[in-house]
Amino acid sequence: MELDGLERRYGDRVALSGVVAQIEQGATLVVLGANGAGKTTLLRVLATLLRPHGGVARVLGGELPREAWKVRGRVGFLGHDPLLYRELTGRENLRYHAELHGVARERVDERLAAVGLERRADEPVRDLSKGMVQRLAVARATLHDPELLLLDEPRANLDPAAAEHLEPLIGRASGRTRVLVTHDVEGGLAEADLALGLRGGKQAFCRPARELTIAEARGLYS
Amino acid sequence: MIRTARAILRKDLAIELRTKESVPAMTLFTVTVFVLFHFGLDRDSLDGELASGVLWVTLLLAAVIGVTRLFATEREQGGIDGLLLAPVDRTALWLAKATAMFVYLTALELVAVPTFGVLLLGPDLFAALPVLVPILLAANIGLSAIGALVSALAAETRARELIVPLLLLPLVVPLLIAAASATEPLLRGDQAAEDLGRWLGLLSLYDVVFVLIAVAVFDFLLDD
Amino acid sequence: MYSKGLKPLSIATVVVVATWLALVFFYAPLDADQGFVQKIFYVHVPLAIVALCGFVAGGIFAIRHLRSGDRSYDVKSYVAIHMSIIFGTAVLITGAIWAKAAWGHWWVWDEPVLVSFLVVFLLYCVYYPLRFSIEDPDRQARYSSVFAIAAGAFVPINFAAVRMAESFTHPRVLSQTGGSMPGEMRLTFLVGILAMTLLFVTLWKFELSSKNASMQLKRLRRRLEATA
Repeated sequence: MELDGLERRYGDRVALSGVVAQIEQGATLVVLGANGAGKTTLLRVLATLLRPHGGVARVLGGELPREAWKVRGRVGFLGHDPLLYRELTGRENLRYHAELHGVARERVDERLAAVGLERRADEPVRDLSKGMVQRLAVARATLHDPELLLLDEPRANLDPAAAEHLEPLIGRASGRTRVLVTHDVEGGLAEADLALGLRGGKQAFCRPARELTIAEARGLYS
Repeated sequence: MIRTARAILRKDLAIELRTKESVPAMTLFTVTVFVLFHFGLDRDSLDGELASGVLWVTLLLAAVIGVTRLFATEREQGGIDGLLLAPVDRTALWLAKATAMFVYLTALELVAVPTFGVLLLGPDLFAALPVLVPILLAANIGLSAIGALVSALAAETRARELIVPLLLLPLVVPLLIAAASATEPLLRGDQAAEDLGRWLGLLSLYDVVFVLIAVAVFDFLLDD
Repeated sequence: MYSKGLKPLSIATVVVVATWLALVFFYAPLDADQGFVQKIFYVHVPLAIVALCGFVAGGIFAIRHLRSGDRSYDVKSYVAIHMSIIFGTAVLITGAIWAKAAWGHWWVWDEPVLVSFLVVFLLYCVYYPLRFSIEDPDRQARYSSVFAIAAGAFVPINFAAVRMAESFTHPRVLSQTGGSMPGEMRLTFLVGILAMTLLFVTLWKFELSSKNASMQLKRLRRRLEATA
């Protein structure tokens, strides 16, 4: 993945500007910044949900926005919204997404087992706890075996045991290229290869994670 | 694209069956309005133009309710994001929503039209049915096509419930003219009018034009 | 950018409008039944024709906007529709005056053109609330264009439908403006259309250039703030 001078505006306001980064396959990028700094916007641009207004963005060999269709379906997006319909069961939700992505039905049962929800899969999502919903969302995001994972606070609402359970799916152990947005500065830096800092929409730094001190990273929040 | 549309449609129908939000509301509204018309017009039975007008205007107003709710689940939960992330043709969303609307309208009419026949209609409804049904179906197609488009247009605005009727109702005036004029002789107890062909022609033209426009233009609504 | 040619255009407009007014007052024949007020017909019909063309033009600009992504087309579309609504208000008012003079009522349903126009007008009035209730400017432009296209396609269908409806219940009252118009009326009428068209285009260009100026100002201001 390669970004150069990426820009995204919201009318007159600049949501993102001057984002430059290069991530290799299998590497993890952590995106840090205060609320409103543009982290979610960046993630959504990479997911092809938003078009970049300026600069270059090349993701998985496809140039955005022109070749967004090449990228779609190979990206797994886990945002704030679990993207699940509350009236449907977990299984029905996953089956729906499986159909959208052209994935076989058996994969749904596999994933449900992988996130530990086989027993509650046939209850409506509105009856599940937040932690279970998050697990279901992880199942949804990884259902189609994406090459790139875009994760926004993936461990929210999860107890440590559950979070560890999901490591092989969305953690470093998954071996997938990942872009991780988190407020957990130490944790984020520990599991990342590269760190990108955003302040007010503008890129503050983009350096190998081990070269960055916690203090510098905290500086984004002042 | 058909496969995608089918998946979306199945999901929507499943949710509707479970929550029962749109169709019962539309049906209840329609019957209530029939009763209102009884009191408002102070008539026990209607026929001809008056009957045709009351029936069609009431159906249109009920359609507004359905159209306003068409994209409700996408907005409130689930989100269109799920669809946007998938490698699918986005026009499938319009097709699915329009088909869902068609199903809701047909379900509504299965109850509302006989109710109308019982409550307000003077002449016998049964005799009029063979010609009335194609008119209803043709009108439903146009209403669904334009309704799905309007619903998507209004989905992101702040005053959704106001914008939908203001947008939808003028746009369906030609449909209303054609459908009401075609229905009028039927509800007078006459045979179908000679110019029925003309009105069905206008209905079909309306349907074709707005289906084409919706398909051409829908993608731009989802593209951010 | 838009102010090029604006001055000769304005002058041409003033000249044609003046000529037209002169024709309306002095040249066109006085109607036997309706008297002087009938002359409002020469204002009403050209206004209507130009307003309708304006709506359709708004739709065409909208198509070009969506196809190219160039926001300037959206502005052109918006201004065209905006002007057509203003002209449209004038159409309805002059239509009402004419109706009163000709048939004694402020509104008549017999007149298919007037009725169609009312429906079209009501539809386009929704353009404003639709446009201004969407906050994201990018989306606002796109959704407005979608509306302009659907509404633009709607105009001819609506006119056809209303005309069909009326012709079966009422005789066409506008037949006096059909093919057989005496020469003086026809000339005044044609000049009227030209005058209204020029007026529309001139006002349209005025508004466009003023919008363009304010946008450039905003852009400069933003650039200044960015470097500060």
